[in-house]
Amino acid sequence: MIPRGLEHRRVNSPTAVILVTLALAWLALIIGAPLATVVVEAFGKGLDAFLAAFREPDALASIRLTLLVAAIAVPLNAAFGLAAAWSIARFEFRGKAALLTLIDLPLSMSPVVAGLVWVLLFGARGWFGPLLEVAGVKVIFAVPGIILGTILVTVPLIARELIPLMTEQGADEELAATTLGAGGWTVFRRVTLPNIRWALLHGVLLCNARAMGEFGAVSVVSGHIRGLTETLPLHVEALYNDYDFVGAFSAATLLAGLAVVTLVAKTVLEQLIRAGQAVKPAQELAIP
Amino acid sequence: MVALDAAFAPAPLKPARRSWREHSALPGFGGAFGFTLLYVGLIILLPLAALAARPWEHGLGGVVDAILQPRTLAALRLSFLAAAGAAVVNVLTGLLIAWVLTRYDFPGRGVVDALVDLPFALPTAVAGIALATLYSPGGWIGSLLQPVGLKVAYTPVGVFVALLAVGLPFVVRAVQPVLEDLDASLEEAAQTLGARPLQTFSRVILPALTPALLTGFALAFARGAGEYGSVIFIAGNMPGVSEIAPLVIVTRLEGYDYAGAASVGLAMLAVSLIVLVAVNSIQVALSRRGSR
Amino acid sequence: MTLTIDGVYKQFGRFPALTGISLDVRDGEFISLLGPSGSGKTTLLRVLAGLDRPDHGCVFLNGVDFLALSARERRIGLVFQQYALFRHMTVARNIAFGLEVRPRATRPSRAAIQARVSELLALTQIEGLGDRYPAQLSGGQRQRVAVARALAVEPQLLLLDEPFGALDAKVRKELRGELRRIHDATGVTTILVTHDQEEAMALADRVVLMNQGRIEQIGSPAELDTAPASPFVFTFLGETNRLPCEVTAGAARFEGFVAPVISPAGAADGRATALFRPEDTRLDAGPHAEGLPVRIVEIRGRGSLRLVECQALSGHRLVAELSEAAAGAFEAGQRVRLTARRVVIDTVAAARPDWNPEAGGRGAPAAAAH
Repeated sequence: MIPRGLEHRRVNSPTAVILVTLALAWLALIIGAPLATVVVEAFGKGLDAFLAAFREPDALASIRLTLLVAAIAVPLNAAFGLAAAWSIARFEFRGKAALLTLIDLPLSMSPVVAGLVWVLLFGARGWFGPLLEVAGVKVIFAVPGIILGTILVTVPLIARELIPLMTEQGADEELAATTLGAGGWTVFRRVTLPNIRWALLHGVLLCNARAMGEFGAVSVVSGHIRGLTETLPLHVEALYNDYDFVGAFSAATLLAGLAVVTLVAKTVLEQLIRAGQAVKPAQELAIP
Repeated sequence: MVALDAAFAPAPLKPARRSWREHSALPGFGGAFGFTLLYVGLIILLPLAALAARPWEHGLGGVVDAILQPRTLAALRLSFLAAAGAAVVNVLTGLLIAWVLTRYDFPGRGVVDALVDLPFALPTAVAGIALATLYSPGGWIGSLLQPVGLKVAYTPVGVFVALLAVGLPFVVRAVQPVLEDLDASLEEAAQTLGARPLQTFSRVILPALTPALLTGFALAFARGAGEYGSVIFIAGNMPGVSEIAPLVIVTRLEGYDYAGAASVGLAMLAVSLIVLVAVNSIQVALSRRGSR
Repeated sequence: MTLTIDGVYKQFGRFPALTGISLDVRDGEFISLLGPSGSGKTTLLRVLAGLDRPDHGCVFLNGVDFLALSARERRIGLVFQQYALFRHMTVARNIAFGLEVRPRATRPSRAAIQARVSELLALTQIEGLGDRYPAQLSGGQRQRVAVARALAVEPQLLLLDEPFGALDAKVRKELRGELRRIHDATGVTTILVTHDQEEAMALADRVVLMNQGRIEQIGSPAELDTAPASPFVFTFLGETNRLPCEVTAGAARFEGFVAPVISPAGAADGRATALFRPEDTRLDAGPHAEGLPVRIVEIRGRGSLRLVECQALSGHRLVAELSEAAAGAFEAGQRVRLTARRVVIDTVAAARPDWNPEAGGRGAPAAAAH
């Protein structure tokens, strides 16, 4: 007799019903309820009140700044991710493990610390503060600081997507292209890039979501000057602290929408990546 | 030919071979590696150097004073205890959710699977104001809890509650792939040997999941201890009671106490790293035992 | 004489992968690099391809210093063990790649590339698969694409790294003949790395047998068969019986029979271990038969051949390979006389301090290596 419960994937036993219900209830409480709150609070006073929040010049300025920061931080981190993956997954050198550890380090760093370090360097009493003052350059409480804080928080996100994938794929295809006479740039453009494009896009997506939504690091270096150094998340905070709840939640809806769009795109991409990997295992290859 | 051999032997053609890197036929190492080092140097190492150096401006005593000050100590304790507590709960709920997602098929499974990642993608400030509203005395959940005498918003409990969402995806995403790869025949073997479902789970499945659960715990803990945005609105930020460590850093910076702020920042980073390294070594020990 | 490899050394950390390899390859020749894993055959191939750089030594192709050229400049065709097909390109694009990436000045026209691709698809007998992706091909088809892609650039050298390793036995045999046909059709100088002696012997004009980073012997398959340069070569190329003997004047004396020594030439007189093949082993049950007295332990079938396992009084186990008809005269338990037609003297075994011809038997380390 076949033991019971071996066919997974169907909710037919009392245990299964209980477990699935518990899991769904917990997710509804922990993730669903906050998300619903955002939407309900934003639209609670009607569509007009919601839209009014985006007619504020400060709101528009914060959206513009958020886009600007992401437009600088994400491409830089993408370039870094590609360079790091090319050197780490394609070459053997000493100190690789240390380099990998360093790249991962920002993940275990509090966002506030990721902001703090830039103040320590470029703040009024920072290492380079006096120098910057003489030069008349403002980093902290200005846009450059916001960009630096955002970059530090998001620096590993793309590299960590690419390094394991390229390591797993191996260098044979690139070596084959080289022996066929292709130059470095051609190899990268025509062999490497097509093989990692979905993973790269996946990393860019996550990096972008995190860059646009970053709060802790940016909060430390921004100086909270309305219309100048406030990103959208900081604008949300300011409105909330001013008891403008409709405004705060309206702006928050925009950010939550970004998160949801990111999740959808990410899910689609992951299916594409999985399909791309399915290309690899060769079922017909019988190992003698 | 033999004579040629001897002539070549003492003078290697490429003496650079035993250098710090191995030869490769692929081009582009210099540029890519140079850019990588420059970037890591400027974006990670230089800031880290500042964080490591600045606390000691007033000597060791300054650092000790900065950290042992009652208000700071209370904040550190709250951040780390709440993070640890939430991470423990996350391990349980994360395991449950990963199990349900890999073992059962139900309508909307794909949506639920994607939703688990929302705390990764949702800006922390958004989560923060939503949680504060939800658990405030007038909020959906807060109003239900008030008659029972439970106060969540603006208390240390709020910090814990906020971190329940923050750490969840770390555990689910660590456990899920292991559960998917777990050989079904293991479970089947256990069951044909007469193990009851609960025995199968505790004696066959759970040991296989332990390393992944540890990873999830460590990541959830490290992230939770440093969390700022989702916590700051619900915490109430009462010094000594519901003030979290990152807020202490912000407060010190506002008072231009760079050394003090750096001390707390360094302490936080150190604790997070120690936990990560400890978990790593436990895993190494576990895998040694498993592969014996 | 086109390819000259001279005194090539290569070390990985402390591991010497190649210790002074010298080899001349003639134009249009088919060479097999044969050896056990770790013998350095793949490293030598990678040195030729430009993927590894030797510590010292030189490689010339038609008088050009090959080591001064990068992998990109060498114009070689390399077939990887796992083929390394570009997974996101169709078969036709894979084959065309080497032509498409040429600088504009030397790049053939689109039509010429197309024509070349069709030609190669026909040569490798995969017409009709040009629009498929590598994932949609069988292992054998992938290997054909890899060969076609390597040939597209009209390489000066075709290098193949264990190209049949990932295929099942039937496809492997079929592709083996195919590869030789393609070689003969194109005339390209070909170097094949393999650990399969049958494959090497069946395909190559000359076999280079390698062991521990050295060349043990270079020769035609027939030469390797009839005049093995060392006991290693002999044991690597086939099943081997081992039996102690006494060497005198170029002949090996055993209890009951004498056999000629084919290698090494001028083996020193004295006690030694003789190696011989099951197919060179004869059994005789006649009342006046000469030879080593043995008892038949077991007779196993293998197609039209029979393996007769015998045990000598000394305990040595010896195998004779007989035709089905010849084996019909014997049965297990029978006492017969055994002789060997020709033997190789294992000087290494004889020189070992713990050498004891009475204690050894079949299954000693050298025999087990195969």
